[in-house]
Formats: sequence, structure tokens, C-alpha cells
Amino acid sequence: MLSHLPILQVILPLVAAPSCMLIRRSSLVWFFSLLVSAGALVVSVLLLQQVIDSGPISYRLGGWEAPWGIEYRIDLLNAWVLLVVTGLGTAVIAAARQSVQREMDDLRQTLFYTLYLLCFAGLLGIVATGDVFNVFVFLEISSLATYALIALGRDRRSLWAAFQYLIMGTIGATFILIGIGFLYMMTGTLNMADLALRLPELGSSSTVLAAFAFIVVGVCLKLALFPLHMWLPNAYAFAPSIVTAFLAATATKVALYLLVRFIVTVFGIDFSLTSLPLQSLFIGLGLVGVFVASVVAIYQVDIKRMLAYSSVAQIGYMVVGIGISSVVAMQATLLHLFNHALMKGGLFLALAGLVYRLGSSRIDAFNGLGRTMPWTMAAIVIGGISLIGMPLTVGFVSKWYLITAAIESDMWLVALLVVLGSLIAAIYVWRLVEAGYFRQAPAGGDVTVGEAPLSLLVPTWILIGANIYFGIDTRLPVEVTGAVAQYLLGGIQ
Amino acid sequence: MLITSLYNYWIVIALMMIGLYMVVAQGNLIKKIIGLNIFQTSVFIFYISVGKVDGGAAPILIEGENVYSNPLPHVLILTAIVVGIATTSLALALVIRIMRAYGSVEEREIQAEEEKREIQAEQEKREMQAEEVQC
Amino acid sequence: MDLVLDIVLLSLLLTTAVAIAWTRDLFSAAMLAGIYGLLSASFFMTMGAVDVAFTEAAVGAGISPLLILATLALCGRKQRSDRKRALLALGLVATVGALLVAATLDMPAFGDPTAPAQTHVAPRYIQDSMAEIGIPNIVTSVLASYRAYDTLGEVVVIFTAGLGVLSLLLGMRGARETGTALQAIPRQHLVLRMAAKVLIPPILVYALYVQFHGEYGPGGGFQAGVIFAVGFILYALVFGLDAVRRVAGNGLVQFLAALGVLIYGSVGLLGMATGKNFLDYSALAGDPVSGQHIGIIVIELGVGITVAAVMMLVFYLFSEQLQDRNDAPEQLSPGRAG
Repeated sequence: MLSHLPILQVILPLVAAPSCMLIRRSSLVWFFSLLVSAGALVVSVLLLQQVIDSGPISYRLGGWEAPWGIEYRIDLLNAWVLLVVTGLGTAVIAAARQSVQREMDDLRQTLFYTLYLLCFAGLLGIVATGDVFNVFVFLEISSLATYALIALGRDRRSLWAAFQYLIMGTIGATFILIGIGFLYMMTGTLNMADLALRLPELGSSSTVLAAFAFIVVGVCLKLALFPLHMWLPNAYAFAPSIVTAFLAATATKVALYLLVRFIVTVFGIDFSLTSLPLQSLFIGLGLVGVFVASVVAIYQVDIKRMLAYSSVAQIGYMVVGIGISSVVAMQATLLHLFNHALMKGGLFLALAGLVYRLGSSRIDAFNGLGRTMPWTMAAIVIGGISLIGMPLTVGFVSKWYLITAAIESDMWLVALLVVLGSLIAAIYVWRLVEAGYFRQAPAGGDVTVGEAPLSLLVPTWILIGANIYFGIDTRLPVEVTGAVAQYLLGGIQ
Repeated sequence: MLITSLYNYWIVIALMMIGLYMVVAQGNLIKKIIGLNIFQTSVFIFYISVGKVDGGAAPILIEGENVYSNPLPHVLILTAIVVGIATTSLALALVIRIMRAYGSVEEREIQAEEEKREIQAEQEKREMQAEEVQC
Repeated sequence: MDLVLDIVLLSLLLTTAVAIAWTRDLFSAAMLAGIYGLLSASFFMTMGAVDVAFTEAAVGAGISPLLILATLALCGRKQRSDRKRALLALGLVATVGALLVAATLDMPAFGDPTAPAQTHVAPRYIQDSMAEIGIPNIVTSVLASYRAYDTLGEVVVIFTAGLGVLSLLLGMRGARETGTALQAIPRQHLVLRMAAKVLIPPILVYALYVQFHGEYGPGGGFQAGVIFAVGFILYALVFGLDAVRRVAGNGLVQFLAALGVLIYGSVGLLGMATGKNFLDYSALAGDPVSGQHIGIIVIELGVGITVAAVMMLVFYLFSEQLQDRNDAPEQLSPGRAG
């Protein structure tokens, strides 16, 4: 069975999803989805262990060898991302039950969990595969499920947000499809490893360059890199709370993985950095994204939307890391991928609790929250501190590595701007603290407001606890991402 | 030489761009979806052109035939067509819901409606605060 | 001859695309989009892509215009002028188009048999698929065996879309269980009713033929599923939705949609149970080639079931919406419904 781990990782949720439609009872379906997600988490832990012990794993689907059949190829990079995605996916689904009950009618709960598993399987499929066309297929599975999940939001604006995302996402996916077509045309292959072998022979052919451009733009649309982020704030703000937590913790991370995979593995880091001014483009767009999105976040009234803009800013940091393109910078990016998933997963789950009790995530709902919902409010504060990047939280670790990388590469200005960006984050986090602890709850307001239900609070605090735990005991993420970065870029330094 | 060997691709590019233009420029949501369809179908035409071999037969093995078109792009596009219709049906279902919720499928009207509502919400909030002060 | 046909088809495509972009009448745009689908199907024919042509004709000229028309019936067919972003769009299109044209300059010539795409991976499919899989249609061999996992993904995409539409439109009509969604065509349209009665059985038989003949000629699970669903849709159009739902109700259709994916997945898992990899059919029978045969037939069946079921589900949901419009027009402001 151990030799089948790569495919089990994806096929488990993929086959579980239609099974949900046969179970039908929503409470059972929730429990079933939780079991499946936990199973996927176990598989990803075993996979990472296997890759660390014995190097990259290749799995031939249908038994056909690589360029003719589809191959799953797990190396350190995607084993790490698989662990992040399954871990966060499990934590979010564990919290889902009561929030989903509150936010959706009975008819739709089973559909919700089925779509959730499909989205989960799609994301895992993108990460696990070693075939570029297979990436497109699984990208569309996860995307279609995502559009439907967003549209399940209670506010009608969720429909509009889902439609806008559908249009942008499909344009992005079609761009990727065009890029894949060009690559196939020039090499005759769809296998990533085979492409990596054959592309250098072509040098800087204009077709390959165009393929590169289309794929990078398409993936950046999915990633919501500034200025291609327009779909994200509304999608996050109006989706059901659980969906927002899931997307923020996993979907953009998978897009980031895909960007790294194409840049480093398929095209090769040398080609990627020399043929287009990608280095300055990524650092530039990343930093502009950090500042614009952070400043916009300050002025948001809806806190879900505020954190959505903050996500756009955090994506900026990760892309800056790719732009600097040293081993340490890549490590910073991969660390931040994990850390940001922990922060946003925890924060959006805390907001789900808030919405569960108060039915709103607007800033005025925070008034007096420090007294009425102390645990939820404390979780939000700690998550916010981690978002700013203060010591003893994970946010500090990744920022530290990013600043170190910038200084090592003599990019003092970049280092300075990263620090400044964190200060802006402090402003919007402070707004929450101010409302929660220094303002009174509206007089004569609902006195029955209590703490969020335990089923939401426990997963929230597991993620928030992880923010602190991995901020102090940094060994696991730092060692793994260090190894991954070395594996990816070690050759060039 | 260049023109005769590549004109096919150039026309396909023109088709793609007409589709993309419709998606971006049109304010009507259904027209956007039709544009998206044109865009995608044109990419399919490009893929199938890649698989074309001069004098090649359809890729179904027959005695005495040696040259076939490349079957792989065909397989990829079969999948892509299915993905396309899946996206279209989901998008149209979304449009129906948007029509119910907003009473319009014109982008501009939907956005105007949103802005109007936001202003209303602001006003109501201010009125409520004013009442509280009076109490 | 080929060249002339090629040029004629491409210019027709171009004209149709321009007309679609130009017209303000959405009804014409939808019909023209159907023509566009049919023209691209013809183009695929001339390129030797018979399976793709078959599918594109069913989707581009069949399902997709049908769904667009159903949506138009709800949303009105007039588009109001709104080209505020014309400049932005032109700029974007010019940039992307220039990049694409630049990309073509280093491309191998159209139809070149020595192009990398023709010499690297594909030759194995053409030369060895007969020995390895044992069926003449190479496209089916690649689709259902060499790259069977992509096809599993494709079935899941369809399933996901079906569920997505279900989650969007389920219970969204005002009058729930009352009333028929699509009214039966009145009795005096005897010709229509008779024609439908005569046509539907052959359509279903033809669907079965396409389902199981995909190994030898163009066809397979997806096309068969679409045709099968079309048979039912035609029945619903003539005899009313309720008549069809008595045969295949919402619950059954949802069950079948899930079942198809599960059948496909189980064949894959069976491969693992026989000690091979996921979706490896070679151990399903005594010798690998018959194993491949069995595997392909079963997964194609899974594809056909899911596709037919999802198509019917989507059709049900869309036509229920139409019914709602007839029942409760006050929900939509009449001016906007056009």
C-alpha cells in the first residue's frame, strides 16, 4: 500500500466526493468528509517522510511509463505543500459543522461537503501531478468547485463575486492552456521532467517565451498577484465563512506552488530569470501589492474583506521571495506559504465564530468583543500579531528570513520596505484591538451573545496555537523548507 | 513561405482575440459567456491544428494506411471541450441567480445597484446612531 | 482541395465570430455561437480529428446554445450598450495578440510531419497501441488507457459542474412541487408528437451504438452520454418535463451522476487490488490486452452514465427556472426581462 501513497493522496477525496451523494445525511457526510481529510493528512505525512528518507517518488498512472502516460511525481517541494494543504483542509473541515448549519439551508449542506471534497481533491491533484495537462484538468476541478462554493454565500453579492471570479479564473486557465499548447508544440511532450530536459535545447525561442509568459500570467491570475487580484476581496468577503477560511489557507498556496513549479522545475530557474525581467517584475509587483493592498485593508469596514486585502499583501511577500531567487529567499517564500496558511486559517475560522454568533463580520460587530467573546477575540489578536510579524509568532520567522535574504543579496531597499509593510499591517490589526477591547458593546445590545461554539473554537485555537508553537520551536518548518529550497536552487549557488 | 505555413495560426489568433475582446468589453453577462466560449473554442482549433500532419488520415488504424494525424491533441481537446461546457453551464446557472437577485444581467446596472445599497446601508446606520444619541 | 476547404472554413469562422461580437441581439448571438460550434466541428473534420468533431458538434452546436437560449428566456434577449471598457479591452487584446503572433514565428510549419509534436511521444501511440491495447481507434486508446487519469478528471469536472448548478438552482423556484415545468406540446401538434415518438427510440439505440463502438470508430462514453440525454430532452420538450421525470426523477439522476464517477474510480482501484497501479487494466483479465479491453469498456460506461445524468440534471434545473417565470412573472421586473 505504501507504494500507492501518491495516488491515494488525491484519489481518496476524489472518490469520497461522489460517495457523499449516496450517504446524503448531512451530519454523516460531514463526519465522512472529516475522516477523509484526516486520512489525506496521514497520507501526506507518510509521503513527506518517504521523500525525506528515499528521495523523489514517481508513480505511473495506468502503469504507463512517463512521457506516454501520466506520472505523479512527489519531491520535497510538493510533499511540503501537500502537507500544508491537507493539514489546513482538515482543520477547516473539523470546524465546519455548526457554521455550515447556520449559514446554509438543509438542502445544500450535503452539496457543500461534496463540493468541498472535490475542491480539496482538485487542489491536491494540481500539487501531486508531474504532467502539465493534468494540472489544467485538476485546476478546473478545484476552480469549478470553488465558484460553486463561493456562490453558496448568503449575501447576493456572493453570486456576483463568484461570477467575476469565474470569468477571471477561466481566462487564467485558458492562458495556461495556451501555454501548455505552445510547450507541447515545441517539445512533443506534456511531462514536466521531460519538458525540463527538452526545453533547454530550444534556447530562447519566441514560442517558448510566449508559453512562459502565458503560463506565468495565468497562474498569477489564480494566485491573485497584484494587479490581477481584483476577484479575490469580494470572493473572500461574501463566500460562506468556512469557504473563506479554506480558500485563504489552501487555494492561493497551491497557485504559488504552481508558479514555483513552472519557474524552477519546468522552465528552469536560469531560463526563467534571464529571458524575461522576471526578477525585478516579481519584486516590484510584490512590493507594490504589499503596500497598496495593506493600505486598502485599513479602510475596510467588513473585516472578512479587510483580511482578504491582507491576503493580497501577503501574497506580495511570497512573490518577492521568488523574485530575489536565492536559496534563503526561496526558503522564506515556502515558510511564509506555511505560516500564512496558519495565520489566515486561524483568523478566518475565528471570524466564522463571530459570524456564527453575531451574523456579521463588520467592524462594529467587534465592539466590546473582548468581554462577550474573549476566546475568539484573543485568537484574532494573536493571529493579527502573527500577521504583523512580531517575535514569538510564525509571522516573525518568515519575515526574518525574507529580510535576511534581501540583505544578503544587497537589496537594502527591499528589506526596508518589507519592514514598513509590516507596520501598515499593525495599523489594521490595531483597529480590531481597539474595537474589541476599548469600545463598549452597543448599549442594550444582545445580552445572550456568548462565546463561539466549541466545535469552532477548538480548531481555531489549534491553528492559533500552531502560530505560536512554530514561532518558538521553528525546527520542523525551517528544516524542511531549508531542504526544499536547497533542493530547488542549490545547484546555482 | 512564412505566410503559407503559418496563416492558419494567425486566423486562429484573430478568433481568440475576438472572443477575449468580448469577455472584457461586453457588459452583458451572457454575451461575456458567449465570448468566453469563442475564446476557448479557438484555442481548441489551435491545438487541433498542431496535431495536423500533411496527408495524415484520421487516427483510426486501417490496413495499408501509414500516416495519421497526431491523436494526442485530439485527446487533450476532448477533455478541454468537456471542461468548457462544464464551465459554461455553471456560469449560466450563476447568471440566472444573478438575474433573480439583481433583476439585471448588465454589469453596469449590477454595480450601480450595489453602490446604491451600500449608500443606503450607511444612511440607515447613521440614522440609528442619531436615534441612540437622542435616547 | 484541402487548402481551399481550409480557407473557406476559416473565413466563415472569422465572419461568424465578428458577427457575434457585433450583434446586439443576444438571441442571434446564441444562434451564431451554435453555428460557430458547427463550423469548428467541420474544421476538426478536415483536420482528421473525427472524435473531436463529433464532440464539438454535440456540445458547441447542441448543449451550449440550448442552455444559452434557456437563460435568455429568463434574462431577456436585448443587450444594452455598455462599452465603457472598449479601449482597455482593445489594448489588452492587441498586447495578447501581438505576443501570440510573435510566438508563431518560431513555430514549426503547419502540417509539418517532422515537427517535435509528431516525432516525440505520439509515434508510440500510433505504432504500438494496436499491440498494447488492441483497438483501432487510437484516440480511444490514449483517452481511456494511456491518459485515462485525465479522463477521470474530466468526468469529475462534469460531475462538479452538475453539483454546482444543482447547488445554485435547487429549490430556487417559487412554485415548488406544483405545476409542470415544461408544458407538454398541445395535442393538435400531431406531427411533432409523432415525429418525436418515431425519433426517440433510434436516438437511444444510436447512443448505445456510440457508447460501445467507440473502440472502432469515433465515439465513446462522452458522446454517447450526450446523445442519450438528448433523447430524453427531446421527449421532455414534446411531452413535458413531468413525463420524463416519471422515468428518471431528480433523485435518480443525481444518484447516476455519482455512480458513473464511482464506476470509473472503482476500475482504477481494482487495478490496485490486482497488484498493479491505479487505472492499470492489464491484470483485469488473463492477458493484458483483453484486460485493457474490459477496463476501457467499463470506464467508458462510467463516463456515459455520468455525462448523461449530469446533462439531464442541468436540463431539469434550467427548465424548472423557465417554469417559474411562467408562474410568477412579478418576481422579475418586466421591463428588464425584456
